[in-house]
Amino acid sequence: MSENSHGAKYNLDREINSILATDCGSTTTKAILIEKVDGEYRLIVRGEAPTTVEKPFEDVTAGARNAIREIEELTGKRFLDDKGVINPRRPDGSGVDIYLSTSSAGGGLQMMVAGVVKIMSAESAQRAALGAGAIVMDVISIDDGRLPYQRIQRIRHLRPDMILLSGGIDGGTMSHVAQIAELISAAEPKPRLGIGFKLPIIYAGNKDARGYVSKILGEKTDLRMVDNIRPVLEREVLGPAREEIHNLFMEHVMAQAPGYDKLMKWTPVPIMPTPGAVGLGMQNAAKEHKMSVIGVDIGGATTDVFSVFGEEYELFNRTVSANLGMSYSICNVLLESGVANIMRWVPFSIDEADLRNRIRNKMIRPTTIPQTLDELVIEQAISREALRLAFIHHKSLAVGLRGIQQIRDIGAAFEQSMTGQSHIDLMKLGMLIGSGGVLSHAPRRVQSALMMLDAFQPEGLTQLAVDSIFMMPQLGVLSTVHPQASAQVFDRDCLIRLGTAIAPVGPGREGEHSVIVRGTLPDGREVNEEVKYGQMRLIPLGEGQTAEFHIQPARSFDVGAGKGKAITQKLLGGVVGVIVDARGRQPFGLPVDKATRIKKLLEWIESLDVYPREVLARYSAK
Amino acid sequence: MAHAYTPGLKVTEQTTIQKVRRLPLLGDVLVKVGDMVNPDDVVAKTDLPGNPMSMNVAHDLACEPEDVPLHMLKKQGDKITKGEVIAKASSFFGLSKKELKAPIDGSVELISGVTGQVTLREPPIPVQIKAYIRGKVVEILPREGVIVETTAAFIQGIFGIGGEVQGQIKLIAKTPSDVLDASSLTPDCKGKIVVGGSLVTGAALKKAIEVGAVGLVAGGIVDADLIALLGYDIGVAITGHEDIPITVIVTEGFGQIKMADKTFNLFKNIDGEVASINGATQIRAGVMRPEIIVPEHKPVGRLAADTSSEGLIPGTPIRVIREPYFGVLAEVVDLPPELQVIETEAKVRILRCKLEDGRVVTVPRANVEIIEG
Repeated sequence: MSENSHGAKYNLDREINSILATDCGSTTTKAILIEKVDGEYRLIVRGEAPTTVEKPFEDVTAGARNAIREIEELTGKRFLDDKGVINPRRPDGSGVDIYLSTSSAGGGLQMMVAGVVKIMSAESAQRAALGAGAIVMDVISIDDGRLPYQRIQRIRHLRPDMILLSGGIDGGTMSHVAQIAELISAAEPKPRLGIGFKLPIIYAGNKDARGYVSKILGEKTDLRMVDNIRPVLEREVLGPAREEIHNLFMEHVMAQAPGYDKLMKWTPVPIMPTPGAVGLGMQNAAKEHKMSVIGVDIGGATTDVFSVFGEEYELFNRTVSANLGMSYSICNVLLESGVANIMRWVPFSIDEADLRNRIRNKMIRPTTIPQTLDELVIEQAISREALRLAFIHHKSLAVGLRGIQQIRDIGAAFEQSMTGQSHIDLMKLGMLIGSGGVLSHAPRRVQSALMMLDAFQPEGLTQLAVDSIFMMPQLGVLSTVHPQASAQVFDRDCLIRLGTAIAPVGPGREGEHSVIVRGTLPDGREVNEEVKYGQMRLIPLGEGQTAEFHIQPARSFDVGAGKGKAITQKLLGGVVGVIVDARGRQPFGLPVDKATRIKKLLEWIESLDVYPREVLARYSAK
Repeated sequence: MAHAYTPGLKVTEQTTIQKVRRLPLLGDVLVKVGDMVNPDDVVAKTDLPGNPMSMNVAHDLACEPEDVPLHMLKKQGDKITKGEVIAKASSFFGLSKKELKAPIDGSVELISGVTGQVTLREPPIPVQIKAYIRGKVVEILPREGVIVETTAAFIQGIFGIGGEVQGQIKLIAKTPSDVLDASSLTPDCKGKIVVGGSLVTGAALKKAIEVGAVGLVAGGIVDADLIALLGYDIGVAITGHEDIPITVIVTEGFGQIKMADKTFNLFKNIDGEVASINGATQIRAGVMRPEIIVPEHKPVGRLAADTSSEGLIPGTPIRVIREPYFGVLAEVVDLPPELQVIETEAKVRILRCKLEDGRVVTVPRANVEIIEG
């Protein structure tokens, strides 16, 4: 590790009592202070300030200082001097033991990836880039359906921060990956930042082609060589490519961004792209809690989806839907989902032209908030569609390796399983974590729970949570130097537990028997709820409480043990409670007829007490 | 956060404007500090590498990739002219001959014995950057461009489409509430920037293009009319590169919204003067709003004091920018410091303001913007 501006190198053998971490987001810089209290690491206080990458400041450290100064004011302690964050801590008590930062300011990390075959090396390259925290601007491959000149035009038009080039297995044919290298060379791509700089290109393809690729691209670009991401067809090795992406992010993107040269000197720990750090946080959460996790962060411009599945929680995937968001790209949600799909979640009528103008006005004035309930309901309806579309996108990429031969036994042959199967098994999903303004700041927490249920449709038993103040980025980067502190704060202060959802899977008819839930609540009250198909129920079980439930699905429904098979399990409560969602899965369908649909939506809203009834009744009556 | 309200759009009769005029690649700066420039003056230029073109020579000559260099009549770097034979191969003891002709003028960039492809490149494409506004060159960015400065009347819109154009301002609306319809657009609008009141109709947009207006400014536009004009829907708020013959700027938003009096009155003062306008809008960190710049405008009467830096205080003129009072102009009455629960049950910072019709209402601070000057 390098030294910081105070000449510090972190020695983790000594006791770490205080940690300061910032996340320089595109609009807001958030700082958190973690301290050891009674032997446990806890979040003490947080501060935030507008990010200052843009004019008139053009220095990211100004925003970081403002956010940290808020923490100084709230704690009465001193963390800053003229060189930056004081670390390690001084004998007079000023400063912290560790300081670290993540960043997505200035548009984050924007990459283009290229490979030979779309569903093989190009898909692996895409996963490597996304997992490292990049926005993938385009994926170029020999079989992408475009003509060579169209690919060249596209590469010329985009100005990515870097390109990841892959293709071919080690020792295999060179000509295809060479062809892609020639295309890139012909396009003479330029980097987004730093006029006059060479564009960084990471070559992670057939190692035999390195010499030729160097000859073609070595002079024109800043070329780096790493291990092949598909050395053999059956294996994907993303680590070295991701590591090089992070190195180049520090060297090129961060070094060009205003003020980052100073920020980088504040800490010996490399600044990590925010989504890369969130991904680490999600992986840690899955391993710590021993359950599969899906996390989503819905922002103004983009929606990131993370998933961690597998026996050892080794199947990590991240996708970013670059144009699905709640302000800057809200009109794109409207465009992709259509007005009808948004309105199906709204329990009253609204004129379509009026709705469209309202959404456009939100796009051009993104910092406004809903003042009236109808506006809140519409905004939450749009978020359901943004989340749903982002999840569809995620499922398309969170798949096993495609185009490979599988060795099958006779049993597997009967299962008709194919390569490239989805890693997402909603029945195995243990926890669904939401973050981003519309989920984290919903006036009633049950609104966040319902938005996530509607958009992701988890199956069986699933814990629901929201990241209260979005500190996952800071905890992710912290886990690289102090996993224990990161895990303790994540568990105690990061998540707001909403509760657990019980969602029987199976087709049914309105009013048919679906599931019976029996149990005893911590206060001794008995629960014996029969929930019919098409209904929702809320069982009160508070934060930090657990209760054992016997869940008996009807014959055609499955809650995790098989059709009609009961489960007895301890469920975790939360600020919402236990939600029984018997609206059906596979398929889940809303009534097509408008009047019936509105009636049904109002029934669910009433069952879970989602919105203030009298106010909602006023809009329904209009 | 320190600023719980949306900073307003700048509307001012006199301010100093600096415009950075930058090349996409390093090149040559053609002016020097102190030079006076006009909007159409070229201030910097460069050459973009010409368009490349791949030829699959191995396929076309039916030979192995590694034999391609042997069949080429031109070497890497050689100039070529369209129609010139650049590769030749013969087979069956010379009985069958194949020739490949250059499809473009340019040069041979790469002959690949690995893929059998040959990359040709067209001559460089010259790119010029113009001054955009009339003003003085105050700084040279070596090999990148210049900064041009002027004193001007300046109006920021909220949303626009279309790029940089210049033209004479022609105020058509009599009041800020007037709707600009097709009948108001006459042939004398050719080459001009026409200004309406609360709304520009779809028919007026079409007519403006027909008569050859270069720009159009109004309070509002209906979403469907914008889509009809472009032929597609705008999903993400990045504009300025639309392929349309007119630049359109709205000052207030989507729907019919009365133009702010201050903006309308300034248009009265700059009526007939030449403006540089740009519809480019980008709404995210580093917000870019569309703009109307009238360089060297002589202010009419005394200038009002600039109140923009004071933030929200009682008496500040504002516009409410969200339902239920969307588009309404108001004046701040007071700013209670404590958080208040609004209809959605969210606990937020609010302000009380007096609307134009005299009602005093409560609005979240996030939902107002200052009318700046």
